[in-house]
Amino acid sequence: MVIRRSGFSPTMAPEVGLKDDLQNKDAVIRVESLFKAYDTPAGPFPVLKDVNLVILPGEFVAIMGPSGSGKSTFMNILGCLDRPSEGRYLLSGRDVAELGKDETAALRNRTIGFVFQGFNLLPRMNLADNVALPLVYSGIAHAERRAQAQAVLDKVGLGGYADSLPSRISGGQQQRVAIARALVNRPQLILADEPTGNLDSHTGEEIMGVFRALNDEGITIVLITHENDIAAHAKRQVRFLDGRIVHDASTQPQAEAATC
Amino acid sequence: MLGAMLQEAWRAMGANRLRTLLTMLGMVIGVGAVVLMMAIGQGAQYAVAQTISSMGSNIFVVLSGYTSTGGVRSGSGNAPTLNVADAEAIAELEGVDTVAPVHWGSVQMVHGSNNWNAWVQGTTPAYLDARSWPLAEGAAFTDSDVRAATRVALIGRTVAQNLFGDENPVDKTFRIGQAPFVVLGVLAPKGQNLEGRDQDDLVVMPLTTAQRRVFGTPFQGSVRQILVKASSAEAMPTVEKSMEALLRQRHRLRDSADNDFTIRNLTAVADTAAETTRVMSLLLGAIASVSLLVGGIGIMNIMLVSVTERTREIGIRMAIGARERDILAQFLLEAIIISVIGCAIGLVLGVGGALLANQLARMTVVVSGSSVLAAFGVAAGVGVFFGFYPAKKAARLDPIEALRYQ
Ligand SMILES: Nc1ncnc2c1ncn2[C@@H]1O[C@H](COP(=O)(O)OP(=O)(O)O)[C@@H](O)[C@H]1O
Ligand SMILES: [Mg+2]
Repeated sequence: MVIRRSGFSPTMAPEVGLKDDLQNKDAVIRVESLFKAYDTPAGPFPVLKDVNLVILPGEFVAIMGPSGSGKSTFMNILGCLDRPSEGRYLLSGRDVAELGKDETAALRNRTIGFVFQGFNLLPRMNLADNVALPLVYSGIAHAERRAQAQAVLDKVGLGGYADSLPSRISGGQQQRVAIARALVNRPQLILADEPTGNLDSHTGEEIMGVFRALNDEGITIVLITHENDIAAHAKRQVRFLDGRIVHDASTQPQAEAATC
Repeated sequence: MLGAMLQEAWRAMGANRLRTLLTMLGMVIGVGAVVLMMAIGQGAQYAVAQTISSMGSNIFVVLSGYTSTGGVRSGSGNAPTLNVADAEAIAELEGVDTVAPVHWGSVQMVHGSNNWNAWVQGTTPAYLDARSWPLAEGAAFTDSDVRAATRVALIGRTVAQNLFGDENPVDKTFRIGQAPFVVLGVLAPKGQNLEGRDQDDLVVMPLTTAQRRVFGTPFQGSVRQILVKASSAEAMPTVEKSMEALLRQRHRLRDSADNDFTIRNLTAVADTAAETTRVMSLLLGAIASVSLLVGGIGIMNIMLVSVTERTREIGIRMAIGARERDILAQFLLEAIIISVIGCAIGLVLGVGGALLANQLARMTVVVSGSSVLAAFGVAAGVGVFFGFYPAKKAARLDPIEALRYQ
């Protein structure tokens, strides 16, 4: 295995190397020398250039960086929605490149929960059905689906809205429903791409509260944000610039300001 | 899983009700047209088959060289070339089952104040045999009636109704001119023949009675035609050949002379009629199938639009764990539901249309269980066939591309 080292990251935090040295087997996410280039009419357009990252169970990671730095691209690869051009990605120790389409679908269904910036609820379904949708694809029976959906809706404080349509509730509430949907199959990992991007700062704080509570239960959370206030909720901040990780630092959970 | 999928298909169809209904309409029209055309086509085939079986099977009609084109009444002119002895000779031939000489004409009949003009067949008891024609009431005349030329007759249903009304005609008397005739029996109804003539508007009486007491032909023993029934369909070609040879020999025709008689194979005529209706009903079905095809293309078209419109939804579903086959099944199910519901409605309308055609246009229609089943099979097939490509297209979407779709 060739490990490409980026000589360009002076702020690279020492503990990344430390974790590498530990060869930690039970990392939730292990990304090694990851490259991604999009095919464009003008030829391949490199977006991720030698990304290395290890995330351990129970971590709460904020990915930051300017627009266009490759955060979403990276997140999509982590979520098995897209594949890297080069390099390795191990999810809970399994090399995703070796999995078939149905297996990656199963990973998205059970192991990973997605939260999107635009909520992405299905507009014609009531909230309970929206939340229960992942369970449909895991073959759970109707009554059981309904019960589990109700339980997670209760958890995000929207138990009374099970039969409402998404259009009847606010953006913050929709994002809570989306989180409930991400949770319903008890994933190990929640990936959120700018989950507070469409929300006002107060609602954003509330949503971060939900994520923190989930993290306290032991769920690994990786979220993208470009707001420092939001990133401050995470225990660890990773900064992207031009397709590379240029900063990776842990903060105490109670620290008020991020180190970057 | 299926329950959830049905519910989702229903929801998706309900979200665009007008479009769903219009798409269904294509199937409704297609299936309706197929069912109606099959009903009419099969009805025509059935009617022809009925008529053919009413003719009797494996029948030849040997027509006398004297072919009277109209004026039967006078009885004058040339003698018919066929005679009773010819009939008896034909009866001896290999493969011949029954032979009945026939002398015919039309007469004015009177009973009380009722008048009726009917077709008379003077013949032998074998005639009813040859034509497989049972009696509805009474009994047939016998050979001794033929020998004695007694004034007895069998009448068809139409004649019975017009002459006797509600009375039972058996043993009643009607007159032809001044002469009284006793009705021995009433023939079972047969309906129309291939030319559309009412076969029940008929009087059957002994040959001799017709010749001597009704038409008064000057040519005793000669007949206008001979009905010949072969023992089987396979025997017909041989019988035709040997009959021709026999009659040529009996009539002492030179090799160069034309036949002074004509042999008509009624079964061949019937086969042609049956074939014609069969082709007609195939044609009707084919034309109707085109509308079914158009309906199917309509489904495909709408499903393609639907897949494009719901690209983002597909992306979301994939992101939360839908496999390709889940997406495929979802869209396929929708196409099948549309086509099956459309088919059910089309079926009802098609059957309704067939009944209407039967009531209003007096057409014979046949709606068979197999054609109903076939319609459903075809509809489901159309749904799968035309739904598959759009569904496959949906299933093959790249999750990332689909999620990005606005
Ligand atoms: N499908 C694509 N094809 C080509 N270029 C893309 C595609 N998706 C993203 N990009 C480009 O890749 C770069 C990184 O995009 P993205 O990962 O969305 O960045 P971020 O989320 O950090 O804003 C951008 O320059 C963007 O234009
Ligand atoms: Mg982004």
